[in-house]
Amino acid sequence: MYKLRATILKDIQILLRDRVGLIFMFAMPILLVLVITAIQSSTFELVNKNKLSLLVCNKDTGSLGGELVKAIDKIGMFRLMAVQKDQSDKMITDRMHAKDAMLAIIIPESFSSKTTARAKNTADKALHSFGLEGDSLQASPGSVDPLTLYYHPILQEPYRLSVKGALSSALQLVESKQVLRILYFSINEKEMPDSTEKEMLNNQVTITEIPLSMDGLKRMPNASQHNVPAWTIFAMFFIVISLSGSIVREKLSGSFIRLKTLPTRYGLVIASKQITYLCVTLIQAAIIFGIGVWVFPFIGLPALDLPADISGLIIISLLCGCCAVSYAICIGVFARTQEQANGFGAASIVILAAIGGLMVPAFAMPGSFSTIIKLSPLHWCLEAYYGLFLEGGKLKDILMNIIPLLAITVLLQLIIIWGLKRKRLI
Amino acid sequence: MAFMNPLAVDIEDLGYSHPGQHDLFFSHLNLKIAEGESFGLFGPNGAGKTTLMNLMTGLFPIREGSIQILGSEISQHHKSVSRFFGFIPQDLSFYEELSPVQNLEFFGAWSGMRQPAIRKRTAELLELLDLTAVRNKQVRKFSGGMKRRLNLAIGMIHEPKLLFLDEPTVGVDVQTRYTIINYLKELNKNGTTLIYTSHQLNEAEELCDKIALINEGKIIVHDHLANLLSSYREGGLESLFLNLTGKDYKH
Repeated sequence: MYKLRATILKDIQILLRDRVGLIFMFAMPILLVLVITAIQSSTFELVNKNKLSLLVCNKDTGSLGGELVKAIDKIGMFRLMAVQKDQSDKMITDRMHAKDAMLAIIIPESFSSKTTARAKNTADKALHSFGLEGDSLQASPGSVDPLTLYYHPILQEPYRLSVKGALSSALQLVESKQVLRILYFSINEKEMPDSTEKEMLNNQVTITEIPLSMDGLKRMPNASQHNVPAWTIFAMFFIVISLSGSIVREKLSGSFIRLKTLPTRYGLVIASKQITYLCVTLIQAAIIFGIGVWVFPFIGLPALDLPADISGLIIISLLCGCCAVSYAICIGVFARTQEQANGFGAASIVILAAIGGLMVPAFAMPGSFSTIIKLSPLHWCLEAYYGLFLEGGKLKDILMNIIPLLAITVLLQLIIIWGLKRKRLI
Repeated sequence: MAFMNPLAVDIEDLGYSHPGQHDLFFSHLNLKIAEGESFGLFGPNGAGKTTLMNLMTGLFPIREGSIQILGSEISQHHKSVSRFFGFIPQDLSFYEELSPVQNLEFFGAWSGMRQPAIRKRTAELLELLDLTAVRNKQVRKFSGGMKRRLNLAIGMIHEPKLLFLDEPTVGVDVQTRYTIINYLKELNKNGTTLIYTSHQLNEAEELCDKIALINEGKIIVHDHLANLLSSYREGGLESLFLNLTGKDYKH
């Protein structure tokens, strides 16, 4: 026991002298969590609070263009910036290049007249099918000139699609309103009252959003709940740089030769590193979670809500730490140079994080990735954390994530033992 | 050759080949070193001095024959035998990130010592090797001589009966060499067996009772230094060395 204590003490002393290693293990993940959460939080708020700036050039000579602008404004997703009718497309795109706005919409001159003509045609067809006489059917009302939507290329596909969806729904509203007005007029030979119009068009079925939860409580997910656990796992596994490097350094140094001549088994070196770095991963988790809970609100980010099952959180953090340490030691045992350990270690963690769903959600990955995802220990760590943080689960609820995580850890430990025996180190 | 004292090292019919090589580098090699001796192993670069040292300390596995250290087979009883010997490798063998005290405490624990004994011995060794003033400084910043002295101190922490020294004075200044050689002479006088390799033949003349010359994996001669010089009619170890191993570069 005294030998183990002395070895742990030695590892801690070396670790404390390794400032670059400490930066990699603590400062870098903290920065990463702050930056990614801030970015994702602003994306969350893009939909809820922050609005996408939209230049609107209404060239329509009628009233429907104005109604469309009001409908777009009502969606609440855009900050509208009106542009003079006489401004050319080039002037609008120049403003976009200057990042005045990410989007611009141009409503054509004939928007009202052609939309009305189409609406009238639709209404007449409807009246005709009801057996009522409408105005004589036009052969073809002609197509409405398209609205032009300019978008900045930095706007990613999902945002662009949601913008297009929002604009289509506004357009649909204006068109439906016009059809309704014409139908009303044809039947009642008077204008439709505003109250009726509002009643008919605005009385939509509302949508109640309920996030999936294991404990029955409704907690709205935010960027912190998503990012803090994910990047904590990344930080834990990123100790590979320091830990595997330390094992290789020790193997290559003269001290290793002396250790082999002493009456103590080399396995003790590995056991000491497991314990020391497991503590490091737990400290990392505690610091990052602590920042999420106490520091985030001070810098305008949503606070991290810790799960109700704190003991479950500790156990999962311990298991994630064990797996991360096992992975790093495995690389350290097999790498022949520090460059191999650092290069392979860092690259493999980024890849495992990517396929494990830390960077892109697992559900958004192609179907062919369904098996590969399961090979990443980071995936099982993330699923276990999400079970606690997002779904309000308890330890028993996430057993199915713990079992594969344990299996991967045991496998890594067996590979370590095999590698040490093969290299005659134990 | 008859020995008055029990044997510290008894090598019989040793066979060893380097990893990945089929041919034996050592074949039927025999060597006996008595307890209390100060024994020097010399030879040109690549002659097999360090390899033999690594075999004696159990770092390399033997292929044929046996090596007994202090009466026990090293390949079978490494853990129990290694308590009684110390090894000063040619490469500096400690943690440069740590201080001398931290290094000595760690290697003391690994040598099977308890904390009070380690503390006492650490203070003694640092004083003897003139490292007390820098006891808590990071070793990385030390001069080559200070590092060599620390390298020696770590191998001595558990007061071994037998000390293997692989070029302990390589790359040090005259003062450090003087300190180290004097310390080793003192140790030997107090009963510690020394097995020593070096390219510094004048050190050997000063330190060693017996020497062996090794070349291309074979022990060419093994005797008291005085006997060798008289039987080969050489004035010094250097001329004897050149006479027996040739003047051409070996490696």
